[in-house]
Amino acid sequence: MRYQRLGLDLVSHLLLAAGCGLFFLPVWLAFTASTHSMSDLYTHIAPLWVGDVGLDNYAQLLSEPVNGLKTGMLRLLFNSLVMATGIAVGKIVISVLAAYAIVFFRFPFRRLCFWLIFITLMLPVEVRILPTYEVVANLHMLDSYSGLILPLIASATATFLLRQFYLTIPPELVEAARIDGAGPWRFLKDILLPLSKTNLAALFVIMFIYGWNQYLWPLLITTDANYMTVVVSLKRMLTTGDALVPWQDVTATAILAMGPPVLVILLLQRYFVKGLVDAEK
Amino acid sequence: MAYFQRSPLTPWLLLAPQLIIVSVFFFWPAWQAVQQAFYIEDAFGLSQQFAGLSNFIAVLSNPDYYSVIWTTVVFSLSVALGAMSIALFLAVLADRVIKGASTYKTFLIWPYAVAPAVAGVLWLFLFDPSLGLVTALLERLGIEWNHNLDGGQALLLVILASVWKQMSYNFVFFLAGLQAIPKSLLEAAAIDGANPMRRFWTIVFPLLSPTSFFLLVMNSIYAFFETFGTIDTVTSGGPGSATTTLVYKIYQDGFVGQNLGTSAAQSVLLMMLVGGLTFIQFRFVERRVQY
Repeated sequence: MRYQRLGLDLVSHLLLAAGCGLFFLPVWLAFTASTHSMSDLYTHIAPLWVGDVGLDNYAQLLSEPVNGLKTGMLRLLFNSLVMATGIAVGKIVISVLAAYAIVFFRFPFRRLCFWLIFITLMLPVEVRILPTYEVVANLHMLDSYSGLILPLIASATATFLLRQFYLTIPPELVEAARIDGAGPWRFLKDILLPLSKTNLAALFVIMFIYGWNQYLWPLLITTDANYMTVVVSLKRMLTTGDALVPWQDVTATAILAMGPPVLVILLLQRYFVKGLVDAEK
Repeated sequence: MAYFQRSPLTPWLLLAPQLIIVSVFFFWPAWQAVQQAFYIEDAFGLSQQFAGLSNFIAVLSNPDYYSVIWTTVVFSLSVALGAMSIALFLAVLADRVIKGASTYKTFLIWPYAVAPAVAGVLWLFLFDPSLGLVTALLERLGIEWNHNLDGGQALLLVILASVWKQMSYNFVFFLAGLQAIPKSLLEAAAIDGANPMRRFWTIVFPLLSPTSFFLLVMNSIYAFFETFGTIDTVTSGGPGSATTTLVYKIYQDGFVGQNLGTSAAQSVLLMMLVGGLTFIQFRFVERRVQY
């Protein structure tokens, strides 16, 4: 039974293409602006097409210290990479272990541990930002990678997802492994981890993007520009007082700041969609 | 019974890293927030005095706080409804074209990876009063745009940037939800003579309602918290307090204004609000599992 209509299909394609285009427009305009000189930008409105100083702009941005900061763009990008990777890997490691304990072991206070971990799902770091800052300051972790990473690992999203997945593992598998003489560590290493490869990849994509895109937390705890992330530096570049905003630098930085996470999502799209939709269950 | 039971210490070793991190960076600060909310600190931070509920009273009796709540409600609802309706519209189209649906998905999901702060910068540039493209177009239509002066325009700009970023998240869920609807159901309705509009409103839309509800909660949480970066880069909460949301006010009072007590009291109030939202969501998720 054919209930689709050709005309409607055509309209759908047109609307979808228009939607894709509209969503891409802000990025395109930022990109074209980043390839013009500042004086060129301020004589017209935002250019629709690329200019001729694109390579110079990016080369200059990457090689010279950032305006108003005593550090270079490469360092900022590196800091973002360390933070994003640290959060993704750290969260996955502690969650794999914790979810394993909760699903495959029976021990006293198991339910209490479960609730202690999962109650963290309810309060994002933004709500308890001030006291967390004080705790981190007391531990002398301001302006450090551990200060950037550890507080953002203290949430159970990954643990929750892995628990859901572990619960689908048939008990016979554990039984068989035990009969064959495998201890808990052996079972984790040789059976469970290989089985959860796609789930771990999905978690990595989501956590990497989450970590890279953090704003409020790194803004608060980094006063030393050597630990600032690229996303946070944008605001500094925008705050110029009475001077004109150097839009060619700001847009170039925005492009650099969105590059890595967008690449990750496009390359690992399959895992990303799976990870997101699984998170709902 | 397929559990590892003979090694009583192993589960604690496995749980230790997460429990330590959660206690140090979650429970300790959360406890301090609750405690601070009941104390007043002097201007130099040297001494603390128990103040009972006075921090809460100070917050709740300030008319500014209610205008911030109102801004937050308007902002969150606009972001949630805007991002969800655009996403649903595009997802319905992508679901029906069959050919190319996954290509469109690729071209529509990447904004999810853009940081809220970066999204703010992109839209700030579009609407820049002197060289923004949209500003120039609006001027031709006789609309003067300056979000640095006009509070309503500032709020609209922050909403647009937030919707742009959040749409892709909703799109992924709506498309997954649509693709899970059995095609035979729609075919049967088509045979009975229901036109596409009718099929959508009487079959597809009701079947999507669990997804929509889930997304409404997730979008509100996004609008509450994650949009901090967007607001800070685009407007810094201004002009005046036109784009100051609850989270932004906690930041302003606590870090910029150094008013720890009232900031902590606001944190506690917000915790209760979010706790309530999450509770509703959990209840709802549990109910859905039984289907």
